Amino acid sequence: MLVWSKPWRIATWAVAVPLFLIIYGLPIGVIVLASFSGQWNDILPSNMTLVHYSKAFRSDSFDALKASLLTGVIASGAALVCGTWAALALRNFKTMPKRVLDLLFFIPSAVPSVSVGLALLVAFSQPPFLLNGTTWIVLIAHFVLISAFTYGNVTAGLARIPVDCEQVAESLGARPFYRLRRVTLPLLLPYLVAAFSLSFALSMGELGATVMIYPPGWVTLPVRIFALSDRGAIFDAATMATILGVGTLIVLAILSKVSNRAAVR
Amino acid sequence: MSQVTVMERTPHIAKPFVASAAPAASDGSRIGFENVSVTYGALTVLHSFTLTVNPGEIVALIGPSGSGKTTALRAVAGFVRPSGGRILIGDRDVTHLAPYDRKIGMVVQNYALFPHMRVEENVAFGLRAHGAAEDVIKKRVPECLAMVGMSTYAKRYPRELSGGQQQRVAIARALAPKPQVLLLDEPLSALDAQIRRSMLDELAKLHRDLPNLTVLYVTHDQSEALTLANHIGIMRDGKLKAFGGSQSLFRHPPNRFAAEFLGRANLLPVTDVQPLDEQMAKVRFGDVTLSARNHHGLARGSDCLVCVRPHDFRFSRASEPNSISGTVLSVQWQGDVHNITFDAGGETVRMTSAPMANPPRIGEIIAVHFDAAEVTLVPEDASHG
Repeated sequence: MLVWSKPWRIATWAVAVPLFLIIYGLPIGVIVLASFSGQWNDILPSNMTLVHYSKAFRSDSFDALKASLLTGVIASGAALVCGTWAALALRNFKTMPKRVLDLLFFIPSAVPSVSVGLALLVAFSQPPFLLNGTTWIVLIAHFVLISAFTYGNVTAGLARIPVDCEQVAESLGARPFYRLRRVTLPLLLPYLVAAFSLSFALSMGELGATVMIYPPGWVTLPVRIFALSDRGAIFDAATMATILGVGTLIVLAILSKVSNRAAVR
Repeated sequence: MSQVTVMERTPHIAKPFVASAAPAASDGSRIGFENVSVTYGALTVLHSFTLTVNPGEIVALIGPSGSGKTTALRAVAGFVRPSGGRILIGDRDVTHLAPYDRKIGMVVQNYALFPHMRVEENVAFGLRAHGAAEDVIKKRVPECLAMVGMSTYAKRYPRELSGGQQQRVAIARALAPKPQVLLLDEPLSALDAQIRRSMLDELAKLHRDLPNLTVLYVTHDQSEALTLANHIGIMRDGKLKAFGGSQSLFRHPPNRFAAEFLGRANLLPVTDVQPLDEQMAKVRFGDVTLSARNHHGLARGSDCLVCVRPHDFRFSRASEPNSISGTVLSVQWQGDVHNITFDAGGETVRMTSAPMANPPRIGEIIAVHFDAAEVTLVPEDASHG
């Protein structure tokens, strides 16, 4: 505790809590309230209703939710496999080559997502790599944007695994793949779950690149929210944003439970 | 009969150390280092290291931090690649074999149990890695757990065990695949003193039960080495400074470093060695003439050190043979012993004695003597700082 005196502690809390509520709580509260609103002409909404939610699970919005969840799961899964593979492969590299390859992996996370979207659009609009207008280009964009985070998380996890465990496994006769399957990956599990969670959350919220490349048949939830708010359907957009937030939180909560269970062991 | 033969590299001793040790088991479990060097960039951490551990023996490597003892062990395990020389297990040259092909068991300081596996799964790991049949595993795992007294903990996870229990499981796990050699890398360092003593007894018992097991034991604790090992190697700066049978090395250290590291001996500078016979010699310590064993055959007239262990001193009258006197500098009571330091001719000398009702006071002049047969003349080690 940095502030020892009780009055000062109370004063600090008195400033911090309202500030937190205004910066974080107010926007979320407004979105949630708007999702239940029939009308909002005053300081508070009126004609509270569930009609936006019933519409959300019947219309194109539901397809957008499905597209987002599938994109998130597929791109995060692919990023997890590739990021883990890369982290394991680069683990024993000497300092200089590792630094160079690390840099290559992290470049997509440093480039604005709009630039990544534009780059993919240009790169995959001509044969033989004609992916423009397909679902693949969305999946690739999400994969490119999140794989750096997956790689970073797994690399950090690998650095924390006790080397002795793996070496003892080898001394006991475990060949590399057996050791990977029975020792390294189980020890890495909490970090893999964390990497997947972060990737999934990033993918669920990704708009910058997706809005440039999405095909008509694969509209993700952020794109749908953007389109709804753009044409003035604020309550519907707020409903979709709430569903997006809650859906992502539920998935992350489940993953967190898995991660905690793995970490306790 | 094979012998443990290691060339001493200090300039004063030309002859090799030879410690005979009758092989108790098949040669398949012998560990051999042949001029093994290990370098990291420009840094050489092991210099032409040569050592043989005969089947069924326990050899302890001791030395200060950075002496290369763990590097030597890890080279046998396959986790350090030598830049020169050969490593043999039995007759197999394992220098370039992967660790999983070396058929070794290894126990490390922090146990390294697999935290996601129960105790029985940990012990079964090596058997499964070798593709053992399930019925073999079901028979062998309880055997190994019983060997280390951990049968009742089979279903527990490592986090549910104490440090001593975890180390027992680590030993059972290492022994389960019936390795030819067992490598112990400071296995007791993480345990508290009381548990360490009991684990030391258990390791000694374990080796009595498994007399064919060849053990290379790395430790910085000389009491562990003296308790367990048949032979001890003392290392410094990546080199083997001394090697010999545990008692022989303790009683007749070949050089200053060995004498100081193993047992914290008093090394009094003496002059004018006068051999009396093949065993004994007279030397001068200031104005006093002392007798000691001339175990290393030091030449007439040479200067050297006389190595006296603190417990070899007895209070005496100044007129007794091998008697020296000095002024008491400190007296410490440690329950079962009194530690006394005194100044004798400008040298600080340590002695231990049984607890005394009236110990000497600081500043008092005391006379002590030692049995000539118990102390050894040691050549000055030119490389010692």
